[in-house]
Amino acid sequence: MVKIHERKFVSADPDKCVGCQVCEYICSLTKEKAFNPLKSRIRVVRINQLINLAVTCRLCEDPPCVAACPRESLTQSEETGLISVDKDKCNGCGWCIEACDYGAIMLHPENKVVYVCDLCKEKGEPQCVKWCPEEALEVTTSDVLAQKARITAVKKLFQEAVKETQKAT
Amino acid sequence: MGLGMRLWLENSKPKIDPFDPENPLVVANGPISGTMWPTGGNGHTFVSKSPQSFGLGEAKAHGTFGTELKRAGYDAVIFRGKAEKPVYVWIDDDSVQLLDASGLMGKSPGDTEDAIREELGDYYIRVAAIGVAGEKLSRMACIINDRTRAAGRTGLGAVMGSKNLKAIAVRGTHDVTVAKLDEFMEYVKEFHERMKGPATQKYRTLGTPENVLVHNSLSCMPTRNFNNSRFEGAEKVSGECLNEKYLAKIIGCSSCAMRCEHTCVVPEGPYKGTMTRMEYETLWALGPYCGVDRLDAIIKGMELTDYYGMDSISAGVTIGFAMDCYERGILSQKELDGLDAKFGNAEAMVQLVEKIGKREGVGDLLADGAKFAADRIGKDSYKLAATIKGVETTGYDLRCLKTAALGFAVSFRGADHNRHGAYAFDVKGKVNRLIAEKGRGKLVRDMEDVYNLIDSFIVCKFSRGTYYKELPDMAKLYTLVTGFVTTPEELKKAGERIENLAKIINLREGLSRKDDTLPYKVMHDPIPDEGPSKGAFVTQEELDLLLDDYYESRGWTKEGVPTLEKLKELGMDDLIHIIYQ
Repeated sequence: MVKIHERKFVSADPDKCVGCQVCEYICSLTKEKAFNPLKSRIRVVRINQLINLAVTCRLCEDPPCVAACPRESLTQSEETGLISVDKDKCNGCGWCIEACDYGAIMLHPENKVVYVCDLCKEKGEPQCVKWCPEEALEVTTSDVLAQKARITAVKKLFQEAVKETQKAT
Repeated sequence: MGLGMRLWLENSKPKIDPFDPENPLVVANGPISGTMWPTGGNGHTFVSKSPQSFGLGEAKAHGTFGTELKRAGYDAVIFRGKAEKPVYVWIDDDSVQLLDASGLMGKSPGDTEDAIREELGDYYIRVAAIGVAGEKLSRMACIINDRTRAAGRTGLGAVMGSKNLKAIAVRGTHDVTVAKLDEFMEYVKEFHERMKGPATQKYRTLGTPENVLVHNSLSCMPTRNFNNSRFEGAEKVSGECLNEKYLAKIIGCSSCAMRCEHTCVVPEGPYKGTMTRMEYETLWALGPYCGVDRLDAIIKGMELTDYYGMDSISAGVTIGFAMDCYERGILSQKELDGLDAKFGNAEAMVQLVEKIGKREGVGDLLADGAKFAADRIGKDSYKLAATIKGVETTGYDLRCLKTAALGFAVSFRGADHNRHGAYAFDVKGKVNRLIAEKGRGKLVRDMEDVYNLIDSFIVCKFSRGTYYKELPDMAKLYTLVTGFVTTPEELKKAGERIENLAKIINLREGLSRKDDTLPYKVMHDPIPDEGPSKGAFVTQEELDLLLDDYYESRGWTKEGVPTLEKLKELGMDDLIHIIYQ
């Protein structure tokens, strides 16, 4: 059956992200009641002054972290795509961390079990998205990202025509 | 900042040489550090004896370093002594080690940061480092973190270099929290909103380079080493032009909700690919002050000051001084390594930055700043050196900004706009900027007290406009973070104490009223340009009037010494013995 992808995840727009770490602070506060980027589910990477991006779990369709876990501690919700960690089973071996291409699942510095973004399910919405001063973060699906990319590409292809229409309206 | 100053005072001997191993170098963050308070989480300050002023040296930077130091568990760190070989210090929470830095010598602060992360195997380690200028004890050397954030003023990079200390690397893993978390977060939310509003618009849009055209229109932009106060090439180096042609992205420091860092890239020409952060002061110093109207060259010069690790304001002002010496025949082309260093020669400016950074050729003469260069050159060249307490002045023509002139003269760390912001009264037309009159002392005093608090909290000065009620807002913030219920009056007093502490330090080190003065040209060469400031300069009588008024409003003697009553009133009895035997 053909079905629209409904799994939502937090995505950062590289054009808007400025590397300010507000997302890290609000994440660690929400989840750990403390300001500590080391405990944030979303991490900021600054390659140089121009290249900044916040990275977190993308709720992969076929998540390598789940596949890599030898202890079956990780499971993915069929409905939402969220990865959940069974804290009793996880022994912090780190196979999932190695399997994730995005560094989105991490070992907790104190609990010694892995943790990953859960879209702040207890709050109803991801707090990083709510707080991002640049509105660089959004909760979105891969289909919507693809749609937006296509629209941007077509607008660029037809720059002149787009300007004309804007003038007309 | 206040804490750093106090720690420096308690751990140093009077009249110590800045390069004596026993001159402590203090780095401190503030009470807000490590929290998500917008701009408040991320600052740090270095304090030591300045090799430029031989008084209190102090410089701040923002970015990510201060917050990491806080999470490692430190409010302040004091460096003393001198390593036998070049080292860097690795602060990993409670573990502190000195590691070999011989492989890092000669590297820029940015490359040092990369190399240390690689060596220690953690890409989130934060580093503050010196460049070649600091290694070679240039008195304008600074300390840089996050590639482009400089603790720039008063030459503290040279103090670090004198200790054979190449870098400070930090990793902090601890939690930071505040006393009243829920109310604090409500307040954070409110300030996030305020920061989207008009109070920060300048910094989020054109940035401080907006000042170029504003200052130029008021004839208060020192040009060609104070030979003029307006620049015919201002349009070409304006913030508007910079943003249109060179701005690549505006980024932010840790926890900031404003973002101000204008990262610029040169898209074409001889300096193609140059990337650096631009602000008004540095643009002005390397541009109009040297008569240079090419932004690509200014951006290149700025990148080089970051690469070698030096205060770009001091570098630009010193190059303007050298160009003035050249045009007046005090320095020959031969003495300038063959450079035709006339005002406006952009390539010569870039080459001089490079030479100063490396202490190469004439760069050795200039690397300690305009005052030291003038002392070596002689021939009355001191008249051309735009320094106060040995520290190069900044982009305000004090001849026609007389409230600012007072602020600059009394600033405890030498020529500086950042200790008082008194230029705002003049530039915004709140006072008659062309006259000196009673009452300016109080204006400067009140601003200094607030700035001392801003710098001790440490919050970013660019955010100062978001504290709509100033002291009451700051008192609320301090209370929520620390849990110590604090009134605006108590805070104001703390700001006043810091200023008195700074004064006590400078008096102990031998500075006095005669050092609260202005550059020679500001007091002798009237502004020649047609326009609103024509003919303006500051006479000795005017300066004396301003100083008397300021000292009186501070409760200090005519000589600028805090009185016994004042120190007792402020609860500073324990420091009285330093200035009263």
